[in-house]
Amino acid sequence: MQHVSAVREPLITGGKTYHDVTEDISRQVEAAPNIRWMAAFAVALVFLGIFFYSVYRTLWFGIGEWGLNKTVDWAWDITNFVWWVGIGHAGTLISAVLLLFRQKWRSSINRAAEAMTIFAVICAAQFPILHMGRPWMAFWVFPLQNTYGSLWGNFNSPLLWDVFAISTYFSVSLVFWYTGLVPDFATIRDRATGKISKIAYSLLSFNWKGSAKHWSRYETVSLILAGISTPLVLSVHTIVSMDFATSIVPGWHTTIFPPYFVAGAIFSGFAMVLTLMLITRVTFKLEDYITLEHIALMNKIMMVTGSVVGVAYITEFFIAWYSQVEFEQYAFINRATGPYWWAYAAMMTCNVITPQLVWFRRVRYSLVLTFILSIIVNIGMWFERFVIIVTSLHRDYLPSSWAMFSPTIIDIGVYVGTLGLFFTLFLLFAKFFPVINMAEVKTILKYTVDNGPTYNPNAGHAAPATAAPATVNTPGVPASAPVNYDKHD
Amino acid sequence: MTKRYALGIFEDEDVLLHAIENIRAAGVKIHDVFSPFPVHGIDDALGIERSRLPIAAFFFGLTGLSFALWMQIYMLGFDWPMNIGGKPHISLPAFIPVSFELTVLFTAFGMMITFYTISGLFPKIKTNVMDVRATDDKFVMAIELDETSSQLPSLTELLRRNGASEVNQKEMTE
Repeated sequence: MQHVSAVREPLITGGKTYHDVTEDISRQVEAAPNIRWMAAFAVALVFLGIFFYSVYRTLWFGIGEWGLNKTVDWAWDITNFVWWVGIGHAGTLISAVLLLFRQKWRSSINRAAEAMTIFAVICAAQFPILHMGRPWMAFWVFPLQNTYGSLWGNFNSPLLWDVFAISTYFSVSLVFWYTGLVPDFATIRDRATGKISKIAYSLLSFNWKGSAKHWSRYETVSLILAGISTPLVLSVHTIVSMDFATSIVPGWHTTIFPPYFVAGAIFSGFAMVLTLMLITRVTFKLEDYITLEHIALMNKIMMVTGSVVGVAYITEFFIAWYSQVEFEQYAFINRATGPYWWAYAAMMTCNVITPQLVWFRRVRYSLVLTFILSIIVNIGMWFERFVIIVTSLHRDYLPSSWAMFSPTIIDIGVYVGTLGLFFTLFLLFAKFFPVINMAEVKTILKYTVDNGPTYNPNAGHAAPATAAPATVNTPGVPASAPVNYDKHD
Repeated sequence: MTKRYALGIFEDEDVLLHAIENIRAAGVKIHDVFSPFPVHGIDDALGIERSRLPIAAFFFGLTGLSFALWMQIYMLGFDWPMNIGGKPHISLPAFIPVSFELTVLFTAFGMMITFYTISGLFPKIKTNVMDVRATDDKFVMAIELDETSSQLPSLTELLRRNGASEVNQKEMTE
């Protein structure tokens, strides 16, 4: 086993050639759907049916179908909204932040993670729109001239900031994702044999031919999009947290919320990426592309962000005590020991204790344990949002209006239904789109495959690979000739 | 209009890079090189200038920022001033989030539209490619030929000498 770095593990295993990559990734796009995919899709469709039924009930009978009351007027809807948006953040983190940090391992997971971002934001958007009560008036959030005069909307309100943040985030992520897909659509187009698939992928691939000039621009565009997506992703959850932090509700009115929410978002997002990647890896036999090393690295990010979240929980408690504000102190005591103690306990256990298990190498590299861990974190992060929202609201300044919240079957239906919506979209993506960015994986292949080019310390540069024997002793190309790899970096 | 091209097929990007340098040094004009992934160093080898898209992106961003500030100041400050908690009508700190989001939105969309337009990338029912393997695992160098293809034998020799595994001829109708 030889590769350029003696320290690092290869990013792609199995000694793949460029053609192998094309074959492995295109296979599931070209083949008929397998039985496991169809079974999963059937289940997802059932849940999608639950979604449509619950939405129908909500629209036909109104918000009264939900368990909201006068005191707890924000509950599962906003919990689910924040949960889904948070999940989306890992995709952008992988595609943008890790690109800027030149983390080459991201290549095999960024496509699916970005798809997850887009679908998660679609699911998230359902909740505020449904909670409007009259979703057909949803366009009122945009500053449009309306029939009642030019009343524009309040740009001082975090809820309006949210509209701009989420819609920008969604559309920029979509464009970023699609541009990455174009070269891979071209690959599938050039392999397509069926008439319909030829036309479909030709339309999707936007006339892409892989010209050197286009690649050069493509890389420039990717870099700039990554550069602007990085502050964008941080701004989105910051603004989401301001929905709460700018209010005067005890338990919400804290300055720690923006960083705390962003860390929580990345934490839950990586948990969801792990869940999805572990399933995709097995279903489509991508073990050589999504290696144990990838799983371990994602676990580490999950552990770091989980610990940040843990510190934030404790800081909140300390600050509540230190502030000497009676209401603030009560809000936190009530959170931990009040009627919703079980939600708080679930949050603390899932989010603070479980990620610490990742310190053990055996856990980090175990597929089964990682899968269980990722599910637990997803549950824990849902409880975090529930705890923040419901426990802060249910006992506010006026004890006479204290109340409890219990969800109705429709509440549960909408939430479970969005899971159906998410998995329906994700499964369609996994079937018809290449789940791994082929072009990008090919760029990291040569210097990371385990039986790839031999490293010749005398030459100072990697000599051409054995995979291309015709080229090794080509006249005019000295084997030791230096290649200007770094010129453009 | 039909144009003829000599296509040199390469198996490896390092060989390709040297071939580009040698072929350009021999005074042959390369029409284009098609590759399945971005080859680093190919811009310098082919003499492709650095893209000015970042400059365009900056100005798109500036447009977005100006538009967002104008929109908020005009709407809340002049067109329909509202008393919100007794705060100033034009409260710039509260306008930061929307201004930032619109800056990003304009940058991303402006740059992407520019990229697709200047590169001539748009959906087509049928895409004519030089060689279908260029999106799989081969690197294809296209050199334009004249109507009689008289340079083909010498070009074939030159491409072969520089490591091309095949040399083909292709007619493309624009």
